[in-house]
Amino acid sequence: MITIKGLSKSFGSQTVLDKLELVLPKGQATGIVGPNGSGKTTTIKTVLGLVKPDEGEVLVDGIEISGNWEYRNKIGYMPQTARYPENMTVNELFNFIKEIRGNIPSVEQRLIQHFGLEAELNKRMRTLSGGNRQKVGAVLSMMFNPDILIFDEPTAGLDPRSSVQFKRLVKDQKEEGKTILLTTHIMSEIEELADYLIFIVEGKIKYHGPMDALIKKHKEQRLEGAVAKLMEEEAA
Amino acid sequence: MKTLTILKYQWKDLFRGKWIIGYALIYWLISDALIRFGGAGPKAMLSISNIMLLLVPLVGMIYGSLYLYQSREFTKLLLVQPLNRKTIFWGLYGGLAIPLAAAFTFGVTVPMVYSGMLFSMAVHSILMILVLGIILSFLFTGIGFWIGLKYFEDRIKGLGFALVGWLFLAILYDGLVLLAIFILGDYPIEKPMLAMSMLNPIDLARIIVLLEFDISALMGYTGAVFNRFFGSSLGIVVASLSLISWTLVPLLRGTSRFKKMDL
Repeated sequence: MITIKGLSKSFGSQTVLDKLELVLPKGQATGIVGPNGSGKTTTIKTVLGLVKPDEGEVLVDGIEISGNWEYRNKIGYMPQTARYPENMTVNELFNFIKEIRGNIPSVEQRLIQHFGLEAELNKRMRTLSGGNRQKVGAVLSMMFNPDILIFDEPTAGLDPRSSVQFKRLVKDQKEEGKTILLTTHIMSEIEELADYLIFIVEGKIKYHGPMDALIKKHKEQRLEGAVAKLMEEEAA
Repeated sequence: MKTLTILKYQWKDLFRGKWIIGYALIYWLISDALIRFGGAGPKAMLSISNIMLLLVPLVGMIYGSLYLYQSREFTKLLLVQPLNRKTIFWGLYGGLAIPLAAAFTFGVTVPMVYSGMLFSMAVHSILMILVLGIILSFLFTGIGFWIGLKYFEDRIKGLGFALVGWLFLAILYDGLVLLAIFILGDYPIEKPMLAMSMLNPIDLARIIVLLEFDISALMGYTGAVFNRFFGSSLGIVVASLSLISWTLVPLLRGTSRFKKMDL
C-alpha cells in the first residue's frame, strides 16, 4: 500500500506537485495519465526516494520513506528510459543487482526466457538496442518478485510483440495480487492493465477512481475518449 | 558490505577503461626518468614530489568532478535498489579514489624498487612521499566529487570550477602569498601567513615535503614561517592534521549534499 499525504515539490519557480493526496491500496492496479510535464514521473520518483519532496510525506505499507531505504526491497521499478552502465554485460548487471540484494531468490531465468533475452546475455549494455534495454529493465523490476511494481511508460520502446509479452507478464503479476502503478500515454494499455485511473494536471489529481465509472460518466465507449474529454474540460 | 560490492564492479569497469593503467604508467615513466637523470637520491625524490604536487591534485579534481557525470547510469541504477545513499556515495567515491591512489603508489614505487632507491634511502622519507600522494589523491578526488555534486546538472560548469580551483591552489595561490608579503612586508604578518598556508592543501603538502627533507632554501616564505613556528616535527604534525581536515570537510559536505539531492 502506498499513501501520499500533502506532497509538494517545486523545481526552482516551477511547481510540479501541489499538495498531492493519494492512497493506493494493496493489490490494486492503477494507471496515471496526464499531459506532458504534469508530474507523473516526479510522483513516481518521490515514491522511490529519488526526488525529495519539499512538503508532505510518502508511506509505503505504513512506513514513512524519508531516511528509510529498506522499503525499496518491496518495490520493483522500470524507468522511462532504460539506461544502464554501458560497459557491463547483461549477465553482469543481473549478477550485480543480485549481489546488491544479498543473493535472495530471484526468478530472472524465467523472465529472460519470457522475453527471449538469452542471446543478449553476454553483450555489453552499450551494444543493446533500446528495446532490449527496456526488456532488461523489465527483468530487473520483476526478478525479485516485489509486492509493488512501478512502471514509467514501460512499452514506449518495445515492438508490438515484446509489448504484448510485457503486458501478459504484468497481467500475471496483477493476478498474483501485486500493487501496480504505471504511467503511459497509451490509453488502451491502461484499459488492459489497470482498474483504477488517476488523472493528474499540473501536480494536482483531477480524477481518481475506477476506470469504468469515468467512461460511463462521459458517455464514451473507450477510455481514450473519456480522457480526451477530461483534458478538454481542463483546458477550457 | 554492500559498499564493497559496489567497489568491486567499479574497479572492474575502471580497468576496462584502461586510462587508470595509463595514469599509473605516467608516474612510472616520470619517476624512472627522474631517477635515471637525478640519481637515486633525495634530489630525485624531491623532483618526484614536485610532480606529485601538481599532477595528483589535477587528476583527482578533474576526474572526481567528471566521474559522477560519467557514472550517472550506475548511480541511478543503485538509487532505486534498497541501498542507503550514504553507502552509494562511499561506494562511488572509493571506486575512484582508491584506484587513483593505488595507481600513484604503484607507478612511483616500481622504479624505486629496480633502481635500488627503495633500499638506499631513508625509509621514512619514501613512506612520507607515498602517504602524501595517497592523501592528496583522496583529498582532491573528494573536492572533485563535491564540485561534481554541486553542479550535477551542468558538467561544463563543474569541470570549469575543478580546473580553476586547481589553477588557483597549485599556481595562483603562491603568487597571492608573494604579493601579500610584498605589500604588507613591514607588518607582523607571520601568523596570517601561517593561516594562509593552512588554507591551501597543496601548500601544506609542499611544506611537509620540505620540512621532511629540510631544505630551507627551497622552503619559500610560508615554509620558513612554518618551520620557525612549529619546528620540523611539530610542523609536520600540524600540517598533516590540517591536511586530514581538508580531506574530511569536502567529503562530509558532499555526502550531506548527496543525501538531499533530487536525482
